[in-house]
Amino acid sequence: MTTAKPRPRPTPTSQPFWDGLARHEVRIQHCAVCEAWVHYPRSRCPVCLTDRLTWETVAPEGTVYTFTVARRPTAPMFADEVPQIIAVVELGVGVHVTTTLVDTDPDDVAIGMAVSAVFEPGDDGVTMLRFRPSQGV
Amino acid sequence: MARGLTGGAVVAGFVERTPVRQFAGTPRLGLEQWADLAADALADAGIDPREVDGLCCGGDIGESSHFIPATLAEYCGWSLNFAERLDLGGASPVGMVWRAAAAIELGACEVVVCAAAFEPRPQPPFPVDPPDSRATFGASSNAWGSPQAEFDIPFGNLGQNCGYAMYAQRYHDRFGWDSRARAKIVADQRTSACANPSAVWFGRPATIDDVLTSPMIADPLHMLEIVMPCSGGAAIVVTSAERARRLRHRPVAVVGFGEHLTHKTPTYAPDLTTTPVGPAAQRAFAMAGVAPAEVDMVELYDCYSITVLLTIEDSGFCGKGEGMRFVREHDLTYKGDFPCNTHGGQLGFGQPGLAGGMSQVVEAVRQIQGRAEGRQLERHDLAYVSGTGGIMSEQSALVLRGL
Repeated sequence: MTTAKPRPRPTPTSQPFWDGLARHEVRIQHCAVCEAWVHYPRSRCPVCLTDRLTWETVAPEGTVYTFTVARRPTAPMFADEVPQIIAVVELGVGVHVTTTLVDTDPDDVAIGMAVSAVFEPGDDGVTMLRFRPSQGV
Repeated sequence: MARGLTGGAVVAGFVERTPVRQFAGTPRLGLEQWADLAADALADAGIDPREVDGLCCGGDIGESSHFIPATLAEYCGWSLNFAERLDLGGASPVGMVWRAAAAIELGACEVVVCAAAFEPRPQPPFPVDPPDSRATFGASSNAWGSPQAEFDIPFGNLGQNCGYAMYAQRYHDRFGWDSRARAKIVADQRTSACANPSAVWFGRPATIDDVLTSPMIADPLHMLEIVMPCSGGAAIVVTSAERARRLRHRPVAVVGFGEHLTHKTPTYAPDLTTTPVGPAAQRAFAMAGVAPAEVDMVELYDCYSITVLLTIEDSGFCGKGEGMRFVREHDLTYKGDFPCNTHGGQLGFGQPGLAGGMSQVVEAVRQIQGRAEGRQLERHDLAYVSGTGGIMSEQSALVLRGL
């Protein structure tokens, strides 16, 4: 039995993030009070708990903070992506994003590696934020 | 810091089922398993079941997903003055012990049963709908609005393997690559498992090379660095030190505890090279008035090799980044100079659900009470125990002292 891959289902709070991805923009929340950058999207800042959060467009680039290569699928529906490079990417503003690396040889991945956003639209209208190694230096 | 525990509450007895990979016994309802465990643990302690006035349970008992303490009280016929249902994953058993001890020291109750049942339940004798496979993914929630559902599960970041692997990658990237140190933890614990007839890996020693040549599951973690799920169950009884003096076994006082939580998913952890057990251990040792080096044994939650390595460091047995050298330089077996997971750990004993984390508590009590038979330590008065839930999400620590 195979089931479809689980897909993100936006909430009213997170919708601006997904709307940004659909326009090939990475939008991240910024706290107007304590200046923290916030991801995933929340109703309140996880540093000072204010609700004064604004949406800012940030550079669609980052570095690999950590990763693993799943040699076995983490769930059956991900079997087609094995070996799947599951990564945490640190964006320039410092927030951490769960993603997968595409167009990447698992043997070439290293922590600290520069990566650029890949916007992957889905049939359901949701665009996934994946990353690939940045070109050049 | 507040007064903390003073040793007025003790573990008086326990029961532990033999973990098995392929359960061949008669399936029992979760409630029945819980009642069986309670009865056996109370008998071990020498306490009349009618004296129970507190319980700690964890997770889901099968028949009920909420109102579990009241259901258990009703089922066992207890009138309770204290009841807790913990939701701290693998840290729950350690969390049960200190909550029970605190409640007893506060005078809220006198006899607390803490149990974790994890044997198969019988199939209902009528057709049932299969559970919605999309409702949960391992320990992650796939319900709408759950951060895991929206930002992690769709990328395959689910279950435990990839999260712990990402901890290991970050750790080794910063402090150096010595996979043999991780493998030595597994091998040393396997030596202890081979002295424990109840362990799933009893009679099956493993070398460092065996570990490193087992299949890679999620880089850099190999299959033998990952805990073995199995069935089982365990329970302990916590009571007042005063009462315990009249009982069958050496009382094991709960003299220190700590607990710390920071995240659900490692992506959002403050730092992947330090773990919540640090603050938990610091509080536990300070409360007990002992230094890490003074304990006779450590029973460290070990869902993965990397969990033990990080727990050794963050609990203060060596400095940050020195864990690999520490493991190379010490013998972690029950015969060694740093007895760590003397029952084999969950990596050697098996992980029967929450009873896996309970196994670390039970082993510390067993050793302190001098009931560890072929693997009994010579010095067995003082133990440090850790519990870990989620992916280094929530960790608890205990210091136990024999009276």
